Amino acid sequence: MSTTERAAAGTADYLDQRTGLGKAVKEFARKTFPDHWSFLLGEVALYSFVILILSGFFLTMFFVPSMALIEHHGAPATMDGVLMSEAFSSTLHMSFDVRGGLLMRQIHHWAALLFMAAIVTHMMRVFFTGAFRKPRELNWLVGIGLLITGLGAGFTGYSLPDDVLSGNGLRITDGVIKSIPIIGSYMSYFVFGGEFPGEDIIPRLFTLHILVVPAIILAMIGLHLMMVVLHKHTQYPGGGRTDKNVVGFPLFPVYVAKAGGFFFVVFGVLALMGGTMAINNVWNYGPYDPSPVSAGAQPDWYMLFLEGSLRLMPGVTEYMIGDYTLSLNVLVPAVIIPGILFTFLIVYPFVEARVTKDKREHHVLDRPRNVPVRTGLGVAFLTAFIILALAGSNDLIATHFSLSINEITWVFRILLFVGPWFAFWVTKRICLGLQRKDRELVLHGHETGRIVRFANGEYIEVHRPLDEQERWLRVAYDAPTPLELEPQTDARGVPRKGYKKERRWARLSRFFYEDRIEPVTPSELAAAHAHGSHDELEGAKAPELHAGDTTHEGDR
Amino acid sequence: MKALAARRHHRLAPVVLLLLALLATGGLYALLAPSPASADSASTQDIETGEKLFQANCATCHGPSATGTDDVPSLVGVGAAAVDFQVSSGRMPMQSNGPQAIRKPAQFDAEQTAQLAAYVASLGTGPTVPTDEQVDPALGDPATGAAVFRTNCAMCHNAVGAGGALSEGKFAPSLLEADVTDRQIYEAMQTGPQSMPVFNDANITPEEKRDVIAYIEEQRDGSAGGLSLGSLGPVSEGLWAWVVGLGLLIGAAVWIGAKSS
Ligand code: HEC
Ligand code: HEM
Repeated sequence: MSTTERAAAGTADYLDQRTGLGKAVKEFARKTFPDHWSFLLGEVALYSFVILILSGFFLTMFFVPSMALIEHHGAPATMDGVLMSEAFSSTLHMSFDVRGGLLMRQIHHWAALLFMAAIVTHMMRVFFTGAFRKPRELNWLVGIGLLITGLGAGFTGYSLPDDVLSGNGLRITDGVIKSIPIIGSYMSYFVFGGEFPGEDIIPRLFTLHILVVPAIILAMIGLHLMMVVLHKHTQYPGGGRTDKNVVGFPLFPVYVAKAGGFFFVVFGVLALMGGTMAINNVWNYGPYDPSPVSAGAQPDWYMLFLEGSLRLMPGVTEYMIGDYTLSLNVLVPAVIIPGILFTFLIVYPFVEARVTKDKREHHVLDRPRNVPVRTGLGVAFLTAFIILALAGSNDLIATHFSLSINEITWVFRILLFVGPWFAFWVTKRICLGLQRKDRELVLHGHETGRIVRFANGEYIEVHRPLDEQERWLRVAYDAPTPLELEPQTDARGVPRKGYKKERRWARLSRFFYEDRIEPVTPSELAAAHAHGSHDELEGAKAPELHAGDTTHEGDR
Repeated sequence: MKALAARRHHRLAPVVLLLLALLATGGLYALLAPSPASADSASTQDIETGEKLFQANCATCHGPSATGTDDVPSLVGVGAAAVDFQVSSGRMPMQSNGPQAIRKPAQFDAEQTAQLAAYVASLGTGPTVPTDEQVDPALGDPATGAAVFRTNCAMCHNAVGAGGALSEGKFAPSLLEADVTDRQIYEAMQTGPQSMPVFNDANITPEEKRDVIAYIEEQRDGSAGGLSLGSLGPVSEGLWAWVVGLGLLIGAAVWIGAKSS
């Protein structure tokens, strides 16, 4: 044993005797993690958050969160001798005079965009595979908390450099706050410390951005990951995978190596982007001044859906009631629309459990096609989100595709109402179609294209039956039936309490599960085989059912 | 350049420059007036050739005496600068009936353009074609130009001049393309082509116009931060974050995931 090894062992022993760490580490190291690329999306979010903290720490060393007016001297030439806030000037100084400053700023901003993109794709993965079902509903809610604070982090950071573009964003925020009935104008004065823009908002946003919001995110990530460990990770359906086991790699060493390596991949990609692709070059926009607004003024992508809903809303919906203004033209797009989106996300797991009468634990994920209505709803909301984001870019669409911005706006107004329904309908049809195809395959096997003529002159095409793994994937799912509604009156003819409520739930349940394709049952399979036994000319031998040689099976 | 820049910061430099500019303008005016186009092109012969070109190429729309119709503006008093801008940028003679006249390869060479300009200028006085010195970006101050651009131009042309949308399919074109010449930038401010307002010399002084040119030239040098991604702002940045950032990482994740089974 070398000296270092001895020292390491000594330290470990010391810690173990005092904390019992050894047992915990051993336990933890043997935890099994299933492997799939889509399980790494959460990690992309996690790692970009780590990179946000590291690069953000560097930025705080040079940024001055002050709105005091000074004359800027130095690079770039377009800003030399211009009056501006210290915040803006220090951002320029950091970009042009601090070694690596611009690189760090750009990495930080790209990481922010990537963070939000990773959160959204991660959430899509969790939604479409049903990973939010019992026992993970609470973790889904923590996730939504992370999504919302992530938006908050982006918003507070975006405004800090005090440039024209971010100032336009603050101006819109001010408008949204003021549109809140009754308390709006008081709130605005409260937030900005006087009339917009005032001198307080940048220092206030700074404190939120570097202290409050990251602390909340950090705490919630801790909770989130703790729950992932507690629940153990879900797994995709497949032979040998049940709600009772976990098939995958032990955390140590395989998963740790993979996950640790992946951190550096994320860091590498972000460094590459920060080093080669310009982002938010604030000196192009100039120091904030409430009068100018440049063409192509948009927020970062994750806020674009709000910009889009504001752009789509007709301006005539502003009303005067006595001396008060009711700005529905701002309230509806900026408060109601995101309200609908977040309410859907928050209540969905509970609504689905209710209409499914589902109280079981789920550790095997759904294939999206096997839950057509859920998949359809998810795609419908995504469609609305994308239409709104596109509407927020209507000017760029107009110039790049030589279209009229007025016409585009009208098309999007209509699409916002028609598109999601259409997307829902198409997605649901596609899911049902895929399920039917699965049934076909299980019952009749793969087409081989080989035609055989029998002595009696009969032609048949040879079908190759599915192997056990393929079949498991296609039959091991539930197709819940709609809730049964008990009669309106009980046995003695007395009207039941709560009947109306039950009827509403039953109706919703019918919406979810009326159209369904049942999985093939063993007896159906046997019948199909008896009927088509002469198909199996070459007896494809079913492989033994096991979870794979290199993998590791653990208990729930 | 360094020395020049240093001297420009002298306290008296603006005064001296202003005096020089005034002298130059006065002298030039004396030399050139009433000839509106470039130095020696205002001969009657040029005007006559210009008229012939006009009758052949422009009169169908602008009318035989250039007084316009209900749909086409009169050219009396638009000046040589307007003609030089429209013809050298290929917008005139106009072809398709789109929402606005668009830039095409110029149909006339410099001499013919000057002759057309001379003819139109002879119909009524208007802004003249600027001199090379008036449009020289090296003599302008990009910082003042940026401020002028921000308040007057950015709302249509985008913060760095990458272009933007107007109503009904009209648009403010990009100013970053190499074929947008410094002279055309000056003339556009002076004459307000298509939907653009006129910025006369009281609005934006000739010096400030030159500063704006200096600012735009500065933008063409590219971005300090790397690829400019079209200078279109957060929408293109978001698109690239998804395509390059998340695209590469999902690729990597699939690769890592694939190693398992
Ligand atoms: C097809 C019809 C057409 C032809 C041919 C045409 N023009 Fe025009 N021209 C127009 C229209 C229409 C406008 C107004 C454009 C606008 O505002 O978008 C215009 C505008 C102009 C202007 C700008 C006027 C102003 O108020 O600033 C000038 C200068 C001009 N034309 C010069 C010419 C010259 C020189 C020619 C010949 C080389 C020519 N045009 C040929 C239709 C035409
Ligand atoms: C800061 C943002 C987030 C981070 C850093 C993060 C991180 C993670 C990680 C590393 C995992 C385990 C690996 C995986 O399944 O991808 C995970 C699982 C999970 N996340 Fe997130 N997440 C974030 C946001 C969200 C959001 C917005 C939601 C949904 C609203 C969500 C819901 C879940 C759920 C339900 C699981 C368990 C998945 C399963 O076991 O299959 N998370 N998260």
